Parts: sequence; structure tokens; C-alpha cells
Amino acid sequence: MAHQHDASTYYVPEQSKLPLITAFAMFLTVYGLGSWFNNVSAGPFLFASGFLLMAGVMFAWFSAVIKENLAGLNNAQLKRSYVWGMGWFIFSEVMFFAAFFGALFYVRVISLPELGTANNSELLWGGFKPDWPLMTTPDMAVKGEAAKHLGPEGNMSNPGILGWLSWLPFWNTVILLTSSFTVHFAHTALKKHNKKQFNIWLGVTVFLGICFLILQIEEYVHAYQELGLTLHSGIYGATFFMLTGFHGAHVTIGTFMLLVMLLRSVLKGHFKHDDCFGFEAASWYWHFVDVVWLGLFIFVYILS
Amino acid sequence: MAHGPAKGLTRWLYTTNHKDIGSMYLWFSFAMFFLGGIFALVIRAELFEPGLQIVQPEFFNQMTTMHGLVMVFGAVMPAFVGLANWMVPMMIGAPDMALPRMNNLSFWILPFAFAMLASTLFMEGGGPNFGWTFYAPLSTTYAPPSVTFFIFAIHIMGASSIMGAINIIATILNMRAPGMTLMKMPLFVWTWLITAYLLIAVMPVLAGAVTMMLMDIHFGTSFFDAAGGGDPVLFQHVFWFFGHPEVYIMILPAFGVVSAIIPTFARKPLFGYSSMVYATAAIAILSFMVWAHHMFTVGLPFIGEWVFMIATMAIAVPTGVKVFNWVTTMYKGALTFETPMLFSIAFVILFTIGGFSGLMLAIAPADFQYHDTYFVVAHFHYVLVPGAIFSITAAVYYWLPKWCGRMYDEVLGKTHFWLAFIGLNLTFFPMHFSGLAGMPRRIPDYNPLFANWNMLSSVGAFLFGAAQVLFLYIVIRAIVSGRKATDQVWEGAHGLEWTVPSPAPYHTFTTPPKVD
Amino acid sequence: MLGKSKRLLVLPLYAVLSAGLPALAWASEWPLNMTEGVTSISRQVHGLHMQIFWWCVAIGVVVFGVMFYTMFVHRKSRGVKPAHFHENVALELTWTIIPILILVAMAVPATKTLVHIYDTEDADLDILITGYQWKWKYEYLDENGDNISFFSLLSTPRSQIENAEAKSPEYLLEVDEPVYIPIGKKVRFLVTAADVIHSWWVPALAVKRDAIPGYIHEAWTKVEQPGVFRGQCTELCGKDHGFMPVVVHAVEQAEFDAWLEGKREKARQIAEAVKQTLTFQELYDQGEAVYQKNCAACHQPDGKGIPGTFPAIIRSPIATGPVAGHINRVVNGGAGMPPFGEQLTPVEIAAVVTFQRNAFGNNMGDQIQPIDVVNFKQGQ
Ligand code: HEA
Ligand code: HEA
Ligand code: HEC
Ligand code: CUA
Ligand SMILES: [Cu+2]
Repeated sequence: MAHQHDASTYYVPEQSKLPLITAFAMFLTVYGLGSWFNNVSAGPFLFASGFLLMAGVMFAWFSAVIKENLAGLNNAQLKRSYVWGMGWFIFSEVMFFAAFFGALFYVRVISLPELGTANNSELLWGGFKPDWPLMTTPDMAVKGEAAKHLGPEGNMSNPGILGWLSWLPFWNTVILLTSSFTVHFAHTALKKHNKKQFNIWLGVTVFLGICFLILQIEEYVHAYQELGLTLHSGIYGATFFMLTGFHGAHVTIGTFMLLVMLLRSVLKGHFKHDDCFGFEAASWYWHFVDVVWLGLFIFVYILS
Repeated sequence: MAHGPAKGLTRWLYTTNHKDIGSMYLWFSFAMFFLGGIFALVIRAELFEPGLQIVQPEFFNQMTTMHGLVMVFGAVMPAFVGLANWMVPMMIGAPDMALPRMNNLSFWILPFAFAMLASTLFMEGGGPNFGWTFYAPLSTTYAPPSVTFFIFAIHIMGASSIMGAINIIATILNMRAPGMTLMKMPLFVWTWLITAYLLIAVMPVLAGAVTMMLMDIHFGTSFFDAAGGGDPVLFQHVFWFFGHPEVYIMILPAFGVVSAIIPTFARKPLFGYSSMVYATAAIAILSFMVWAHHMFTVGLPFIGEWVFMIATMAIAVPTGVKVFNWVTTMYKGALTFETPMLFSIAFVILFTIGGFSGLMLAIAPADFQYHDTYFVVAHFHYVLVPGAIFSITAAVYYWLPKWCGRMYDEVLGKTHFWLAFIGLNLTFFPMHFSGLAGMPRRIPDYNPLFANWNMLSSVGAFLFGAAQVLFLYIVIRAIVSGRKATDQVWEGAHGLEWTVPSPAPYHTFTTPPKVD
Repeated sequence: MLGKSKRLLVLPLYAVLSAGLPALAWASEWPLNMTEGVTSISRQVHGLHMQIFWWCVAIGVVVFGVMFYTMFVHRKSRGVKPAHFHENVALELTWTIIPILILVAMAVPATKTLVHIYDTEDADLDILITGYQWKWKYEYLDENGDNISFFSLLSTPRSQIENAEAKSPEYLLEVDEPVYIPIGKKVRFLVTAADVIHSWWVPALAVKRDAIPGYIHEAWTKVEQPGVFRGQCTELCGKDHGFMPVVVHAVEQAEFDAWLEGKREKARQIAEAVKQTLTFQELYDQGEAVYQKNCAACHQPDGKGIPGTFPAIIRSPIATGPVAGHINRVVNGGAGMPPFGEQLTPVEIAAVVTFQRNAFGNNMGDQIQPIDVVNFKQGQ
């Protein structure tokens, strides 16, 4: 069809199969996951199909958007729409984490102390005493080792400022903070038309992201194997793994996004100093992930 | 690029057009309204008289839960998104929504999500049976296996809402025609902008709540289990942090609709436009500070109880400003009473009554007697049915001629109004009395003391349901064989949407209009 | 013909009768309002309720009054020309400030009542109330550790619920073991739950407290006059949420003491009964009764359960497996199954286990004696 799309009109895309397929892929993914959790044998297969379909359709969708941009269909106003879109998407992610931080706060400041009050502790929970990190769950105070929610033997707490150098979360903080700078350097390089430096700094950022993830896995292995700190070990384990786990998932996504940007830049020569929204969006996301980590570092690790 | 819609089914499946997507949202929501209504009728049929007659308690609980979920997430929210899709671009002079493909994705998630949700009714152990508020641990340790699907349904419909909200924000902030300053936007656009902010702020929190449930159910965590150091009340805090703003998500766009209709039929500009905008914002901000008024009886400390009571009462002030503004808009106008106006006037009166009972509930010590009784059920149906539903109905009558270029039948419309009005009051007014007399909510059977009021409620519910079938007929008849509508449609209507032909062309404002 | 003076007398009488009698019937069959109740809290709450109600009515009269006036007078059909005003700062300030003042007037008494409700100090008697699916357990906390506890279950027969029999006035609001409290004494309720959230509500006392599993929350009452006060669970707690009433008997202190002594005596008898040996038939018959009262709600009267939620007893691997496992399940419960170790006496547990192992075609042929249950419990 012959339409004249130029910078003066807002580009409204033609019909597209992508949304419908994406919706179906989302459905298949969660339906598969739900079946899997309920021990339906087809579950994992459905989930995998949904996930692959999702990956494929996302690839197609982003490709389409990139092509449109390269074809010059996107005027400045449309680009602003993308900026608003990404910005508020990140805000919604902030609220997602806010719910979890809120839960942590509530448990530490309100509900655990309440469990320790005379009525609750004496009448219901066998003299339970709250502390944080919670090593002895109320369940254990009543049933001892027969309890279902067995507290951990060790925890991830702050070893004191002197111990920081051998404290993994500290290094993770260093890594992630550094990576926020490197991704910023990449941006500055791009603004200065220096694609080579851009690629290098972006590569360094991806590398740091991967390092973070490896260390995080290391930490989980340590928690499970040596500390007995698991999802089952009471509210400390629950909040610990929920916060760090969802953060880790976001780092994974962020790293992947940056990696894609790197490949686009290196292999396809994408991104110019005035046309780099994909990269910028990924870098905002990365900064957001970094800020969440700072919150984690403070509230999950240091102040405990 | 004046070209029309694609032919055949793909027009709807693959569309990127805000009008098509708006229509799909509206039809989908209509279908869900009927589905949720059928669930309500099962409830009302069982409660027609004391004793167990039609359904067993476990099924009754599923009906209550699904009724609430389907009405809230399936009927009211998508209807407002549908209206936003149709009207917001036209009202601000935009060619379409800011992100048209994502717009279609937001819609298509919904049929899948609700198909999955409804299918739980046929699963072993039945569907969700823990109320639309799904308090843990009834919804975790004690839930039927289908709860997993319920959780994922909430996840993806939450994703749909968030994308929809982002789209609306981007549209309103980025796509206004030159000269359409913020304070010139129609109030419907304003209320939706603020609603969209509520949505992106609280839907992720709901996602967080169901995620914690999922982990308690399948991964052995103990967020809501005191044995591991968690707390069932934590669930309620997280849920209501979402839940209270959610109820305003269901009413703010309604305020916008009514603020468009009343001036039209009063032939007089909206009174106090800017205070309406500020009041909407005030309600939205306050809505984040009142959530624990749903939890007055859980044993909050005194100070918490008191703060939440005061904050909740404060909401009456900005809401009052709105009511007074509507009344003053009518005052000394030249009123006519076409169907949309009838629904809007009923909205103002009955919503206010619902607001009054809300205020009574806000008084914490009194809520000890009201909480979880039919008095609460009466309250929220007064704000939701003649509130949200009536405003949507009014909007459909008001804008239908613009959408399809044809008028509805005024006599039938008025008949619909009076049937609905009587049916609704017959259904929900007696609930105040049964509640005050001590009837708890969510029960399939009750003491004969409450029998008379319940019987009235049930009769009213069927009458109200019948009125909605008439509504369906009126809409279809208008689309198929209604009288041709003029472009202006209503004598007193103002705004960009009335400057385009009826029906509105497939693409409007591909080049932005000038607004002065 | 009656004399004029007599007519003057009869007419009002007639009026009172013709209006009053139906009104009485009306009041009982068409209950309109919150009860005033029998405690200082409930009366304060009722007063608050009426006060806010009248405020709302007054505001409603003004707002709707103006609306109806304008709807009647400012109609286009009457040829009016619309005005064009759309702003008036003074007016808008007025209708912001007046509601604020009204709200303050409401908040003051509300705060006072709230303070009163929260004053749970210095109680004369503590009762621990635990919600279970779907019954209440009451435990009278005694400083000497000599606690009395019992369960309280719905006593309305199934036949009434299934409409096979006429419903009594107390339909669904009657229990086998009501909770007793002395009048004129400050009674503190420590409310909690064992499984899901319930809520303990007695309208006449204006006490409603959610029962949160694992947490105790307090409430209190001081009943002024003797009487029987009924309420219900008000938090959705699963299938039989509608069938777990609360019945409070408020009695004079002497009567209360006697009742408490009776309970103690019964506890002693139960401890005695453990030593006896019963015949198979005795166990089976008593077991059937226990089953229908305590277990049938979930496992169904025919033992078929509800697939996906409550397992069947017919051919249940536990009910046809080792005896110890079966006793264990009944005493300690399981995921979704409440523990009955405290609620039922050893005799009842022995009986119901014997029943389950031999009913519904589970022909195990064995029998369990009360002492087996006691030994099992001690062995834990
Ligand atoms: C559209 C939805 C909607 C809206 C708009 C409202 C509006 C309000 N609601 Fe409602 N509410 C619900 C939907 C809604 N609610 C739902 C669904 C539930 C139950 C959830 C569940 O448990 O399932 C609920 C429950 C609920 C509770 C909990 C009850 C309980 O469970 O015990 C409370 C308690 O404070 C409450 C209060 C209020 C208040 C104060 C307002 C105010 O916003 C009302 C303000 C309006 C007015 C007051 C009228 C107009 C004002 C004037 C004319 C000015 C002058 C007036 C005065 C000074 C009095 N609501
Ligand atoms: C916007 C939201 C909304 C709407 C519109 C409604 C609409 C109605 N609701 Fe509402 N309701 C809720 C939201 C809503 N409800 C919520 C959130 C709850 C709480 C749930 C919980 O406790 O968890 C609730 C709970 C609730 C209860 C309490 C249940 C309980 O506590 O056990 C009752 C009882 O009467 C009830 C009745 C009704 C009725 C009669 C309508 C009527 O207005 C419905 C009218 C519509 C129809 C009747 C459809 C018309 C269609 C037909 C007649 C088609 C027939 C056609 C065929 C069969 C082909 N609702
Ligand atoms: C509130 C509901 C409820 C009540 C009341 C109840 N049960 Fe159960 N019962 C359950 C549930 C749920 C299970 C499954 C528990 C599990 O899987 O761990 C169960 C399991 C059992 C089993 C094991 C069945 C099997 O093969 O898995 C036995 C035996 C049993 N109950 C006996 C009883 C007896 C005896 C009573 C009454 C004294 C009773 N139950 C009352 C809910 C209940
Ligand atoms: Cu117990 Cu409801
Ligand atoms: Cu609320």
C-alpha cells in the first residue's frame, strides 16, 4: 500500500499479527506453568512452547520496530511515545519491588515483634523470641526440629565493616555500581560519535552483569548447601530469596537487553548519537536494576 | 491515507486501530458483565429464601468469588479502557493511541486470561472460592489446586492493565493536538490520566501479592504463615494497597463521563472545571492512604485505626466538591432528559447514597458492626452499579451515535433506564437493612429473620438483569437499523469528538486539528 | 352510637392498634436497623451510627433538594434559557469547608468510642477464642493453669438446612455448647484461629474481632443484663463459613460459677472414661454419631469426600492402613484437615476411627480402644 509516511504525520502501523500471537504466547506460558505446578505431565512442554513462541514473537516485534525506525517512519513525536512508554514501564517495575520491600519492612517492624509479644509468644508460640535475621521460627519454638519451617543455620548478614572485603554482597555491589558507570560511559561515547568506545564500554557492562549473576549463583549455592538458608526456612529465607531472586531475574533480563544492544551495534552497526532509543531504554532499565540492588544491599544485607 | 478497515475477521484480530480496539473492549466487557451477572443471579436465586436449595456451599463460594472478579476485572475495567480507546484520541485530536500494537496486545490478553479464569470452574476441586479479596491462608494453604491458574490469570490481566495504562498516559501526554493544553482537556481525559497513574502504581503491587501467594503455595515460603514468621495480615495490607485505589480506578473515569454528559444536557458549561481536576487528583492521592479501612477489625493498633479512619473520611471532601459541581452545573441550565442524562442524574444521586454509606463504614468503631455484613455489600453495589455501570451505560447512549452513526430508540432507552433504576434499588437498598440486622456477607444460607429483605433483593436482581437484556437489544437495534445521527448529535455537546462526522471515520485527525 | 367523648377515646386506640400491631410484626420480620445492644460499647456505636446517619440524611436532603428543584424548574421544555456561569470561588470554598466541619463533628465522638473499644486492660476474665473450620473453641484461661476448654458447633439439624423440616427461629444461630460469661464483669476475649481467618462477631455486644491464625488480638465486653446473644463468623473461611454461629449466654456470677464447676466435673469424667473398654458395636455406633457431627462436613455423610478438596474415606489408604497412621491423622490433622486431638475425647476418637475403618465398605474388622488413643498421644 502506498502511504506517504513522513516526519509530519504520526506513524500508525498497519494491521499486525504480533499482538495476538504475543497474547497467545503469554497465555500458553502461564497455562503451561500452572499445569506444571499442578503436576500435569504436559505442563513443562506447554510452558516451553509458550516461552519459545514468546521469544520468537518478541524477536519479530522488535525487529519490526527497528526496521520501521531505520526506514525513517518514526517521527520525533513517536519516539517520545517510546520514551514515555519505557519510563512508565520502569515505574511499574519500581512498584512491583515496592510491594516486596514493603513486605520485608512489615515483617521486620510490625509482625515479627508482634509475634514476640506476651500473648502470642506464650499462648501460641512456645516462648518464641523474634530476632532478625530470624533463625528460630515460631514453628521451631513449638515443635523443635520437627517443625516444617526450619530456620537457617547461618545468614547473609553484614559481617561488620572489617569483614566486607571477603563479603560477597559487597563485591556484588561494587560490580553493579561500576556497571552503571560503564553503561553511562558507553552512552557518552555514543553521544561523542565514538562507536568503538561505545562498543567497548557496553561490552564491559555486559561482562560485569554476567559476573554479578555468577556471584549471585555462587551465593545461592552457599546459602542452600552451607547455611541451610532456603525458601523453606521461614520468613527470612522467604524475603531473602524473593527480593534477591526477583532482582536477579531483572539483572538477567537487563544483561540480555544490553547484550542484544551490543550485538546490534557490533554486527548491524545500529545506533547513532541522535538515534539510540533501544540502547537508552536498556540502560535506564540497567540503572533501575542497580538502584534496586542498592535498596537490597541496605535493607536485606547491611541492616540486619 | 484515508482508507478504511481491513475486510473480514482479521480486521479485529490484527487491528491497530483505536476505534476497533475500543469496540472490542466494550463488547468483551459487555459479555463479561453478563457472565458476572449470571453468577450474581445464581447467588440471588440461592438467597431467595433460607435453606439450601439450588447450589451447595462450596459452589456458592465460587459464585461469589467469580462474580466479584469478573465484574471488577472483566466488566468495569475493560469497559472504561474501551471508552478511553474510543474517546481519548478523538477528544485530544490525536491520530490514534500512542502505541497502537501494544494497544491490541492489551486487549487480546483479556480473552485468554478470562477463559483461563472461567475454566477453573471445571477443574477438580472447583474454581477460586475465597472471595474476590482472596485472603491468605484460605487462598494459599487451603485453596483448591485451580488457584494456580487464578494467580496466573491475575498476572497476565495485570500486565494487560499496565500496558493499557502506559498507553493512555503516553497518548494523553504526548499526542495532544497543538493548543490542547492540559487545562483544556475534557474532564474524561483528565480522569483517565489520573486513573492510568493509579493503575501503573497498584497493578504491580497486586502482581506482587499473587506472586507471594504462588511462592507460599508451591515453593514452601511462609509469607502468610505465622509458623514461619509470616503474617496473614501482611496479605491484606498488600492486597488493599492495591484494592482501595482499585475501587477509585472503577469510579474516576465514571466521574469523567458524567462531567461530559451533564453539561451537554444542561446546555451550560461544567461548573468548576479546575476544582474538578484538583478534586480528582486529591481523591487519587488520598486513595493511597486509606487502604486499612478494609481492615478495621483485624486488630490494628489504635493509632493505625485512627489515622486510616481520618484519612478515609477526608475523601468525602473532594468527592463532595464533585457532587456539588454537578448539581451546580445543572442549576439554571436548560435541562432535557434524554437517556444518557437520566443515567447521569441517577448516577449522581445513587452514587452519593453509596458514598454516604462509605462514609459510615469509614467510622472505625461503627465499622465493627458493619464490617463483612450486607451493609458493606449494599455500599459497594451503590457505588459500583449505579456508579460505574450506570456511567458506562450513559456513555454508551451518549457516544453510540458517534461510534456507529445511528441513534438508539429513545423510548426503549428510557424504558431501560426506569427498569434498571427500579430493579437496582429493589436489589440493593434492602441489603442495607439485612446488613444492619446482622446478616454476614458470603453466606449461602441465613436465619429466617433476613428472609423478607433477601426475597426483595432477589426479585430486584432478576428485574435488573432483564433490563440489561433490553439494553443489549437496544444497542444492537441501533447499530443495525437506527435512525441516522447528525454529526453534532446532541444540541448542547461540545468537544472535538463532535466536530468529526458520525460515524467517526476510521482514521480521525491524521493531521492534528488546531485548538484554540 | 358511641358518645362523642368515647369516640375520642376509641379513635386513637384504633389508630394505635391498626398502625402499631403491623408495625410490631414489621419490626420483627422487616428488621431495619442496627441493634442497640447490651453493652456500653454497643450503645455508643449505635449512637454514632445514628448520628452519622442523620448527618447524611440532612446533607442528602439539601443536595437532592436542590437537584430536584432544578430538574423541575430549569427544564428546557419550560422555555428557560441556560445561564453561563461556571465558577464561583466563594461558593466552592463554602462547600469545601462545611463538609470538613461536619466531618470533624463526626470524628470527635468516633475517636472517643474507639478509645473505649481499645481499652482492654484490667479484665476480670480472659477467654481464648480459637476459630476452626467450622467451629469455635473456647478456653477459659485460669491463673492456676486449670483451664476449661470446649468446642462449640452448629446444632441446627441438616434436615432443616435441606428444607425437609420447618426452620426454628434460631435457625443457623444455635450451637451445642454456648459460651458462658458473667454479667457485670469485664471479659476479655483473646481471639485467634487455627487454620484460616475467621471473625468472631456478636452484634449485641458490638464485638467483632478477626481471628488470625498465629496471632492473638484482643477485644472486651461487659454485659449489663442476662440474656442469650447470637452472632456468626463474619470472615469467609471456606465451605461452611455460613454455618459457624456464636452463642453467648450472659448469666449472673453465681450461675456462671456453677456452670464452670459443671464443666470441670465433666472433664474429670472424661479422664475416667478413658480407662473403660467398649464393645465393637458401642464403638461403631458412637463413632457414627461423631463422624456425622464432626467429619461429614468435609468427608461427606457417605464417606465419598469432595474430589480435589477432601479425600474420600472409602478405600482411603490411611483409613485402611496401619492403625497408628489413622489415629495420627485424626489427632494431628494434616494439610487442610484440622487436628481433632483436643476437640474430641479419646473415647470419641477411638470410636470414630473404629467407625471409619469398618464403615462405607472399609471392612477392616479391627477396633480401637480409648486407651490406644491415650497411649498414642503420650507416645508423641
Ligand atoms: C467504585 C467503587 C467505590 C467507591 C467510589 C467507594 C467509595 C468509598 N468507600 Fe468503599 N468500597 C468499595 C467500593 C467503593 N467505595 C468496595 C468494592 C468495597 C468492598 C470490598 C470488599 O470487601 O469486597 C468497599 C468497602 C469500603 C469500606 C470497608 C468496609 C468494610 O469492609 O468493613 C469502607 C470503610 O471505610 C469504605 C469507605 C468508602 C468511602 C469513605 C468512600 C468515599 O470515596 C465516598 C465519598 C462520597 C461521599 C461521601 C458522597 C458525596 C459527598 C458529599 C455529598 C459531600 C458531603 C458529605 C459529607 C460531609 C458526609 N468502602
Ligand atoms: C462492578 C462490580 C459489580 C457489579 C456490576 C455487580 C452487580 C451485581 N451484584 Fe455484585 N459484587 C461485586 C461487584 C459487582 N456486583 C463484588 C466485588 C462483590 C464481592 C465478592 C466477594 O464477596 O468476594 C459482589 C458481591 C455480590 C453479592 C454478595 C455475595 C455474597 O456475599 O455471598 C451479591 C448478592 O446479592 C451480589 C449481587 C449482585 C447483583 C444482583 C448484581 C447485578 O447488578 C447484576 C446484574 C446483571 C445481570 C443480571 C446480567 C444480565 C444478564 C442476563 C439476565 C443474562 C441472562 C442470559 C442468559 C442466561 C442467556 N454481588
Ligand atoms: C475441615 C475439613 C475436615 C474435617 C472436618 C475432617 N477432615 Fe479428615 N481430612 C481433611 C483433609 C483436607 C484431608 C487430607 C489431608 C492431607 O492430605 O494431608 C483429610 C484426611 C483425612 C484422612 C486420611 C484420608 C486419606 O486417605 O488421605 C482421614 C482418615 C480423615 N481425614 C479422618 C477424619 C476424621 C475421623 C474426621 C472427624 C473427626 C475428619 N477427618 C474431619 C479434611 C477434614
Ligand atoms: Cu469461620 Cu467464617
Ligand atoms: Cu476502600
